Amino acid sequence: MNCTDLLSHLTDYFDKKLSSKLVEEIKTHTAGCQHCRVVLNTTEQTIQVYKGNEIYEVSDELRERLHSAIMSRCFAKK
Amino acid sequence: MPAIQSPATEEIHPDVALVERAKNGDTAAFEQLVRQYERQIFRVAQHITQNREDAEDITQDAFLKAYEKLDQFQGNSKFSTWLVRIAVNESLMRLRKRKTSKTVSMDEDVHTDEGSIPRDFAEWRPNPEQQYNQAELAEILRKTIQGLPPGFRTVFTLRDVENLSTEETAEALGLSVPAVKSRLLRARLQLRERLSRYFGKKQEGQPA
Repeated sequence: MNCTDLLSHLTDYFDKKLSSKLVEEIKTHTAGCQHCRVVLNTTEQTIQVYKGNEIYEVSDELRERLHSAIMSRCFAKK
Repeated sequence: MPAIQSPATEEIHPDVALVERAKNGDTAAFEQLVRQYERQIFRVAQHITQNREDAEDITQDAFLKAYEKLDQFQGNSKFSTWLVRIAVNESLMRLRKRKTSKTVSMDEDVHTDEGSIPRDFAEWRPNPEQQYNQAELAEILRKTIQGLPPGFRTVFTLRDVENLSTEETAEALGLSVPAVKSRLLRARLQLRERLSRYFGKKQEGQPA
């Protein structure tokens, strides 16, 4: 496996959809390639930091306002 | 066409009963669906439009459209995926109306550059959460994702922020699964590179 092959498998790797053979090949490649090791580690951290932090907070006040507006618009039609 | 699974092997999603009740005029059932998904729809619209007022309008419009077209929902996909699709279309339409030079379609300005090797090879300092307080971190993440083209931003938002599956993301955006995977890869790599400016360890020879 070379660096380009590794990139082509990266999405399936993070989704845990790769065969164990390909996972082993990725591990072997990253053990000897610092660039790919850093790319893999920091991409994984990128996904985690976005999953772990709410960037657009929906306050209770906003939610209630939205909810009332949705319900009144939907049921005003009937 | 995907094979139809038998009911014995596929768990029926609780939304199916709510949608059925809502179709028969049960207001409370529709209200429950609104409660379940209003936050998610608002966040998706805000991510795509980058504008809070637009996101509020789009959330209302999306639910109104869903309510008016409820009879057309056949249950071939999840209700939530159908709803997200409506919200994405409304959001893209809103971007088009702004008439900016920025791209407004899922297909424009998405050069996937398959196989190009990423730059910036600095490991990150451990735990970005400890380097910045929550507000600072949220601002960094917001600024960084705003810099992505809408086509990448939308795929990343649905897949990695809202946790839709690759297949659901493809369905919500009207894209093929390979197209979603390819855009997701480029979006993740671009974000990684941009975040490295904040979270990466300083390398020797780099200016402080």
